[in-house]
Amino acid sequence: MPVSTEKMVKVFGRPGSLTEARFTYCPGCHHGILTRIIAQTIDELGIVERTVGVAPVGCAVFAYLWYRCDVIQASHGRASAVATGVKRANPNLIVFAYQGDGDFASIGTAESIHAANRGENITVIFVNNQVYGMTGGEMAPTSLVGQKTTTTPDGRDPALFGYPIRFSEMIAQLDAPVYVTRQALYDTKRIMDATKAIKKAFTNQLEGKGYSLVEVLATCPTNWRMKPTEANKHVAEVVTKVFPLGDLIDRG
Amino acid sequence: MGERMLLRGNEVIAEAAIRAGCQCYFAYPITPQAELLEHMAKNMPRLGRTFIQAESEIAAISMVYGAASVGVRTMTSSSSPGISLKQEGISYLAGSNLPAVIVNIVRGGPGLGDIAPAQSDYFQATKGGGHGDYHMIVLAPSTVPEAGELTMLAFDLADQYRTPVMILADGMLGQMMEPVELPEPIDVASLPAKEWATTGAKGRDPNVILSFDLDPEVLKRMNLALQKRYRQIEAKEVRYEEAATEDADILIAAYGTVARISKSVVRMARAEGIKLGLFRPITLWPFPYQPLKELADRVKTVLTVEMSAGQMWEDVRLGVAERANTPFYGEMGGVVPTPRRILSEVRKHAS
Repeated sequence: MPVSTEKMVKVFGRPGSLTEARFTYCPGCHHGILTRIIAQTIDELGIVERTVGVAPVGCAVFAYLWYRCDVIQASHGRASAVATGVKRANPNLIVFAYQGDGDFASIGTAESIHAANRGENITVIFVNNQVYGMTGGEMAPTSLVGQKTTTTPDGRDPALFGYPIRFSEMIAQLDAPVYVTRQALYDTKRIMDATKAIKKAFTNQLEGKGYSLVEVLATCPTNWRMKPTEANKHVAEVVTKVFPLGDLIDRG
Repeated sequence: MGERMLLRGNEVIAEAAIRAGCQCYFAYPITPQAELLEHMAKNMPRLGRTFIQAESEIAAISMVYGAASVGVRTMTSSSSPGISLKQEGISYLAGSNLPAVIVNIVRGGPGLGDIAPAQSDYFQATKGGGHGDYHMIVLAPSTVPEAGELTMLAFDLADQYRTPVMILADGMLGQMMEPVELPEPIDVASLPAKEWATTGAKGRDPNVILSFDLDPEVLKRMNLALQKRYRQIEAKEVRYEEAATEDADILIAAYGTVARISKSVVRMARAEGIKLGLFRPITLWPFPYQPLKELADRVKTVLTVEMSAGQMWEDVRLGVAERANTPFYGEMGGVVPTPRRILSEVRKHAS
């Protein structure tokens, strides 16, 4: 017997700020969840017509395919500087930069720190998956001690390559930023927390409060050589020990 | 017209940029263009416009990229070592079809070099400089007033062709003071709207600024579109000056500060009975090959004089195409050739 859908109410759907284009991310990768959360936030705040996204170099380079807002593709590491230019040129725009750990915390170190130090009224989403995903799984500045990558085949040796950099803690030392937080996406509670944090980071900008940074611990099952479920567990049990979750500053 | 003032080249470029409607200026300090940065620091905020002293040259050009994406007129300035750092951003500006103005007050190189005037960044400016197949329009003023005029023009050309435009001057022009009648400020509201800019997707599909596509056929089409525009620029925007060329049998080919010095040499040579003329490219890219070729048919010698080891010399030889002798005289390291020294070179080839 056919089921009637007449009285059914749609309670969950694709955010209007996402296009129909399919994500290019691997199965189990958290980028997709994060992209959706951002789109959902843009929907909730009703700002898609005044939002400009700044996409990085890395796995999220295709961001321009997925959002229904204007998007600028930046050179590697410079997204925070490009976002600065956009926001200063037109302060009515809501500007977010979406950057991976290599982009934000390695090649873009100077641009990332100084945008924060100027207190640019922008929102930065910093995706920390401890690996260079797009280029084939090389060491990231955030790779854990002992982590095997294609450029640390015997594991990251701190004597040679230093330690995982806690970049958000560095940003949190500055006077200008209003909100610096580290979130994760490995279970429903963390996804809900991260969603709240991202909404706050956008709301701060809407209210003219200044610079907000949301670091998000993400999985890379492909380059970690793990199943998605193992990768989630790895974030929960291992990565959060090195990168503790929670707000680092909240001056909002 | 505007008021007459005694100003340095650096200040005139800055003031002309303001009058051309430059809304956002981003730069990092370096000698010998500090006055430009300082003029902007003082005046842009007063006008409600954006001035940022960036953390690096790379950050400055990336901020330019952001501001250009939003559709406002924007500029950065530096000197040779700083311009090297900006090459990444210039390549992205070109690849993403973004208008912007970049000022290079050239100093001696390579490496840290010195802070004296030089013309040794010609290759970098005219042949691309960064990665990929691209050009900038390159404008080379030879006097302080002309630096102002070409800066105004640079913003118009950048917008018209959606391309980065470089003002290529040198430390002497930057530091020199001359009386200048500044151009009237333009009415920014009268500029054509930039439909492609990322100003928020209201009532339209999203705009995207990018220089990227993984499909070689698509990237090829993007490159062909760029090349088509470069051919239009070559056809329409060549600028040059000739002085005393009508009866000349020897020419100096020189640009910028050296061209200015060479004008004195023309007078000195003529007093000795040498029929010397001057060919001065104003656009270094597109280079005025055709007018030079026509002149080369009428003279015996085209002597290139530069403050480099012979960079524009290559384009002069391409233009002359063996229709005349093409000797070279250059100084390096920030040494500025004197009129007397250039004249002695002219004498060698005049007999």
